[in-house]
Amino acid sequence: MIEAKALCKQFGSVRAVDAASFLARDGEITGLLGANGAGKSTALRMLYGVLTPDSGSALIDGVDIRGETSAARATLGVLPHAAGLYGNLTARENIAYFGALQGLDAATIAKRSELLAQALDMDAYLDRRTKGFSQGQRIKVALARALVHDPKNLILDEPTNGLDVMAIRNLREMLSRLRDEGRCILFSSHVMQEVAALCDRVVIIGDGRVLADDSPEGIRAACGAPTLEQAFLQVLGAAAGVS
Amino acid sequence: MRALFTVFRKECLENLRDRRTLISALLFGPLFGPLLFGAMVSRMLDQNSFEADQALHLTIAGGERAPGLSQYLKSQGVKLKSAALSEDAARAAIQSGRETVVLIVPPEYAERFTEAMPAPVLLVADSSDSQNRKNAERARALLAAYGSGIAQQRLQIRGLSPLIAMPVAVNDIDLATPTGRAASILGFMTYFVLFAVLMGGLYLAIDATAGERERGSLEALLSLPVPRAVLVGGKILATCAFMCLSLAISLTAFVLVFRLVPLERIGMSANLGPGTALALFVICLPFVPLGAALMTFVASFTRSYREAQTYLTAVLLVPTLPIAFASIYSLKTKSSLMFIPSLSQHLLMTSVLKAEPLAGRDLLVSALASLLLAALFAALTARHWRRETLLG
Repeated sequence: MIEAKALCKQFGSVRAVDAASFLARDGEITGLLGANGAGKSTALRMLYGVLTPDSGSALIDGVDIRGETSAARATLGVLPHAAGLYGNLTARENIAYFGALQGLDAATIAKRSELLAQALDMDAYLDRRTKGFSQGQRIKVALARALVHDPKNLILDEPTNGLDVMAIRNLREMLSRLRDEGRCILFSSHVMQEVAALCDRVVIIGDGRVLADDSPEGIRAACGAPTLEQAFLQVLGAAAGVS
Repeated sequence: MRALFTVFRKECLENLRDRRTLISALLFGPLFGPLLFGAMVSRMLDQNSFEADQALHLTIAGGERAPGLSQYLKSQGVKLKSAALSEDAARAAIQSGRETVVLIVPPEYAERFTEAMPAPVLLVADSSDSQNRKNAERARALLAAYGSGIAQQRLQIRGLSPLIAMPVAVNDIDLATPTGRAASILGFMTYFVLFAVLMGGLYLAIDATAGERERGSLEALLSLPVPRAVLVGGKILATCAFMCLSLAISLTAFVLVFRLVPLERIGMSANLGPGTALALFVICLPFVPLGAALMTFVASFTRSYREAQTYLTAVLLVPTLPIAFASIYSLKTKSSLMFIPSLSQHLLMTSVLKAEPLAGRDLLVSALASLLLAALFAALTARHWRRETLLG
């Protein structure tokens, strides 16, 4: 369970995130939907603990993520926006490094790596150096790295960026499987179809504020719009009209 | 503790696989000094011994007017070449490079000489060329020796002791030991040793922050339940490891180079055996964490690989400043100077090279000062890593 409680973050005079509260439940995929610069990444960065909120709190299974060694970090897997790998290390070594820093022992790391390599279909390049990997291969390694400690919660920041159709399909299947295992998944996107196809719950964010928080069907119905995209535009339009 | 080792091992492994790091840490950094040095010193030696063996070539104009002088110069092994040159012609010949040193005996020479008046000769040379200046000096010394010989003969003819023309007898007592003389050459060496230390860690320090950020791996790393100080510590330790390696290679190369360079030929002996090299290693050891922490600190403020490279190249020059200062003011090993890192290592290393005894207290102060400063920079780096601006 990932919970944002009245999160606020200001950069200079810009209110990037403004009292945002929402909840991502276990066994559900929650999509954070918003235009570019709406504050999605900033909100997620506070939730996975690399930015400190000015006020409010970010809770993972009820534990505050604040603090370098917070227990919340051990139950959380993170795929940041720029999911860079260490090019001189093999895919396996990249995964093992994060496993070791999560405190896993060598045997557990080896077992988890094999398991993830199979699940993500990366056996072919598991022992190759990641320099020169395709974007799809890189995302998979980064995802395996985020999952190596078998976290109950997962945050992904625009994970489908730069992926081709096949890779996006694979990723969707993977996320569905993780959800069915009872995990809590929170991911951000600005691609409507993706959110509509995948999410159990949608949080629409605009100008740093939460504008809507419901199931895709619920949002569509509340707006009386034929598609989620239409509903999204209406929600944003209403917010612009109000402010 | 385990996380610290994990970071350390990963940084070492990653950089051992990086060609750029290896070239700078294990080849260019440690070998640049010894090779340049060997080349410089052997050229210097060649030149010195070359001059002593080589006959002085002198062009003489109007030599027939001074047969005694010509005879004397020949007896001293000077290769005389006669040429009918006026003063202007000699100037032109030297300016155009046809002649190097020209001795002109003017027409009035013979007359003045017989009258026992100072007989003029003209020595034409261009002293801006160091080789010609040395030749002119040799010619001048020979002329002075000839003059003083003639003066003594004249005094004796007049029944006076030649000794009255020597009111002061100077006896040179040079206390420089062969090792000490060599140390003046070896004094440059200390900078190259410290340079090797810094070069060894250059790319690791860049990689530590700027590299992580540019690759986009920093954010994922910072979301882990590992204290930032541990991440920074592991990275600095890996940088230290590469620096130690570079230092060891550099000192070994210096030992080998000085085996090959024949310093004994100019009456010097290099005090640089394996034992001395080990002493130098120990002296430089406290400088290693300081260099690593300083470079990691500077690199953590840069936005990109390129920017980090620019700033860290400047850091490579930092140890030169105290060393340049030391040679300008010819500073000697003093306890009060042991607080200044790089200068203290330079002075201690120079002492070891001169085979002078070291005070244990100086060693201790030098090490402690460097280590304290290293701890300060490491702490500042860790503090910076706790800031959000690190993400860029």
